[in-house]
Amino acid sequence: MIFDYETLKVIWWLFIGALLIGFAVTDGFDMGVGALLPFLGRTDEERRVIINSIGATWEGNQVWFITAGGATFAAWPLVYATAFSGFYWALLLVLFALFFRPVGFDYRSKVDDPRWRNAWDWGLFVGGAVPALVFGVAFGNLLLGVPFRFDDTMQVFYAGSFWQLLNPFGLLAGVVSLSMLVMHGAVYLQLRSEDEINARAGTAVMISAIVMMAAFALAGVWLATGIDGYRIVSMPAADTAFTPLAKIVEKAPGAWLANYRSHSWMMAAPALGFLGAAFAIVLSRAGRALSAFFASSLSVTGVILTAGFTLFPFIMPSSSSPASSLTVWDAVSSHHTLQVMFWVVVVFLPIVLAYTSWVYRVLRGKITVETIRKNQHTAY
Amino acid sequence: MLPDLALVDVSRLQFAVTALYHFLFVPLTLGLSWILVIMESVYVMTGREVYKDMTQFWGKLFGINFAMGVATGITLEFQFGTNWAYYSHYVGDIFGVPLAIEGLMAFFLESTFVGLFFFGWERLSKVQHLAVTLLVALGSSLSALWILIANAWMQHPVGAEFNYETMRMELTSVADLIFNTVAQSKFVHTVAAGYVTASMFVLGISAWYLLKGRDVPFAIRSFAVAAGFGLASACSVIVLGDESGYTVGEVQRVKLAAIEAEWETQKPPAAFTAFGIPNEAGQRTDYAIKIPWLLGLIATRSTDQAVAGIGELKEEAEARIRNGMVAYAALQKLKSGDQSAAAKAAFEHARKDLGYGLLLKKYTPSVVDATPEQIKRAAADTIPRVAPLFWSFRVMVALGFLFLFIFAASFYFLAVRNLAPQRWLLKLAFWSIPLPWVAAELGWLVAEYGRQPWTISGVLPTFLSVSNVPASSVYLSLAAFVAFYTLLLVVEMYLMLKYIRLGPGSLHTGRYDLETGSVAGREVAP
Repeated sequence: MIFDYETLKVIWWLFIGALLIGFAVTDGFDMGVGALLPFLGRTDEERRVIINSIGATWEGNQVWFITAGGATFAAWPLVYATAFSGFYWALLLVLFALFFRPVGFDYRSKVDDPRWRNAWDWGLFVGGAVPALVFGVAFGNLLLGVPFRFDDTMQVFYAGSFWQLLNPFGLLAGVVSLSMLVMHGAVYLQLRSEDEINARAGTAVMISAIVMMAAFALAGVWLATGIDGYRIVSMPAADTAFTPLAKIVEKAPGAWLANYRSHSWMMAAPALGFLGAAFAIVLSRAGRALSAFFASSLSVTGVILTAGFTLFPFIMPSSSSPASSLTVWDAVSSHHTLQVMFWVVVVFLPIVLAYTSWVYRVLRGKITVETIRKNQHTAY
Repeated sequence: MLPDLALVDVSRLQFAVTALYHFLFVPLTLGLSWILVIMESVYVMTGREVYKDMTQFWGKLFGINFAMGVATGITLEFQFGTNWAYYSHYVGDIFGVPLAIEGLMAFFLESTFVGLFFFGWERLSKVQHLAVTLLVALGSSLSALWILIANAWMQHPVGAEFNYETMRMELTSVADLIFNTVAQSKFVHTVAAGYVTASMFVLGISAWYLLKGRDVPFAIRSFAVAAGFGLASACSVIVLGDESGYTVGEVQRVKLAAIEAEWETQKPPAAFTAFGIPNEAGQRTDYAIKIPWLLGLIATRSTDQAVAGIGELKEEAEARIRNGMVAYAALQKLKSGDQSAAAKAAFEHARKDLGYGLLLKKYTPSVVDATPEQIKRAAADTIPRVAPLFWSFRVMVALGFLFLFIFAASFYFLAVRNLAPQRWLLKLAFWSIPLPWVAAELGWLVAEYGRQPWTISGVLPTFLSVSNVPASSVYLSLAAFVAFYTLLLVVEMYLMLKYIRLGPGSLHTGRYDLETGSVAGREVAP
């Protein structure tokens, strides 16, 4: 299959979206479980149950994030350059939070001291909650537009600060993503645990799903009524190579709703976000944890797609120099690279999915306090 | 607008610190994973429990190290974007490709199966579990392959050209990128160095148990696996050492001249300077002890090809800088809207030297008005400082031969069943544990410090590659990295030492010394 440049540009928007959704659906529940750990586990053994419900598989899940980063580098180098350097402190905050996970999982139970273990438990909490929050804040700010511009050699200059990211809408988006991943983590924990932890996880599902739906609805209303979107006024042909500066962009009220007006099927995405969460509550209460997990996964998918559909074709709009805005048409790699990487994804992603499912099948089943006692020296 | 030089220096320092730190954990992961495969294979073939215990005990140490490798590895991926934004834009079209493939093809494999390695013992058949261990090892070495393909492209950028419409380098041949000769020699050299590191780690710790007379059957078998694997790996590191990669590409040739303190081109075959004191000011090597023919033979595999000296390379660079000014002027013309065939042809003609033109931006932002004095300075910039490379390389090579000796002696005394009396060898093996790390870090220094002043050899100067973030931010993040990494290292070392001291008794199988609290044999602290 040889695709034309324009088609590949759209395919790569789908691929990056798929990698982000893959990340949120898999590592998302690891982060949610991490965020819940100090609250749902009251004794050391209970905390070990929670940790071991994700301990054997979280590492592979995190690779969705690494791969999404690598794929962004390869397919959208300007996005990689602009977002990572512009959101410098936000990214470093995520990075330092993520440090706690690999070492936290492996080191926590290797020393039998309550202070040591408690410290790592809070480390795992930070490693789950902080990235979940910051990713949402970052997406919220993308919808607002961020202040950056390019010079004629494509050096990027970012004019904002870390504190400016923490505006009310950005924080609201952070609440959406944090509560969404907590819901997802709680559903997963319910699937893998029994008795008290299972019951506490069920409560967490309900609370977090309700918070998520409320925050998601509020963000939607805010976006529709109070936040100006961006639209492309003119640009070179989509199947050619050009830099962001070659187009004209304007800020316009209601522009973020334009895609939903012209393609009403896109409304399915926010609907999925709400319905998935609602079903997660219902199924979780009915004790059908696996179905609840699928519902929650659909909700996560719907919320991320909503952000993507709203922005499309924008990836990173610039508030200070609208022409510098990064879109799927001009932030991309060359035709050749997109084509090569298309094949890489088509070949390797199914292989990854296949062996990941096999590993989950092998490691399936409930983790209980008895499991921990039996594997005192090998369990995390 | 140009980034200020303090920002460039602190960004470089941060990258060096975080990369060198990450590289404390990578070599052990690379090698130990294969040592686990060997041990477990013996277990599957013979059914003897001690080999399962070996796999599990060394696997525990593998896990402690692996966690640090994962934690510090993400930093490097983030950092291209956070601190090297112009680099990311300028070469992401090519450089991002191996990084993304690494994630999809290698890191997923390694990370998905590593959990099953630890937690799958009771859920998998023996052969299935061995396959899992094998996939972890394969994943980690494949990961190194793709990272080194990316790195080799920085050293010797093939299969790409500059596109003036997008103002960046773009991929023209993915085959050239993957089959880069520098990538091949780098890959073999780097993974073999990792295998040596892990072998020395297992050998030294096993030697310590032997010296203390504890867990002897366990220790002697571990020692044997490490001696065999280490011997093969040390031979690969030396024989397939990546000096062969230094004959291709301008900057690799510069690096070779600096490593060898080859100030002027010698009449072939060139002599090798075994020892000497490089004198930067006098552009000569004092007290040099030379071995005739050797350099020519190693570097060119011939007796009639010359190894270019620093003087000659500097003159070449000056000519390319002048041509780079022509390229830059032609690019300006194209960008100002003159899309005529003549303008395109003019740029096409000089395009390959555009990077050399960019070197002048350090002295004059508009490049085309550079004075002969500025051109001379830019040409001098293309030669990295000789002494650090000269010494790093020699210490690394000397260590390589020491490792070869240790593994060969260990292998010999095992083969003649006379190891126990060789306490000197056991002590030497124990005290040599840190040395492969020294060699590996020096190897990194030779490869990356020797690449300066470029991030992409001949294409993009380092000082142009940085992100436009405030230097104060980078100072602060560097301080945060140093503080956090130091803390993590203390924790990691504490756990490593705890489990090394506990030994296989930490598995609680009831078969080992310290579980019962008694240490068989005599106590001799090495």
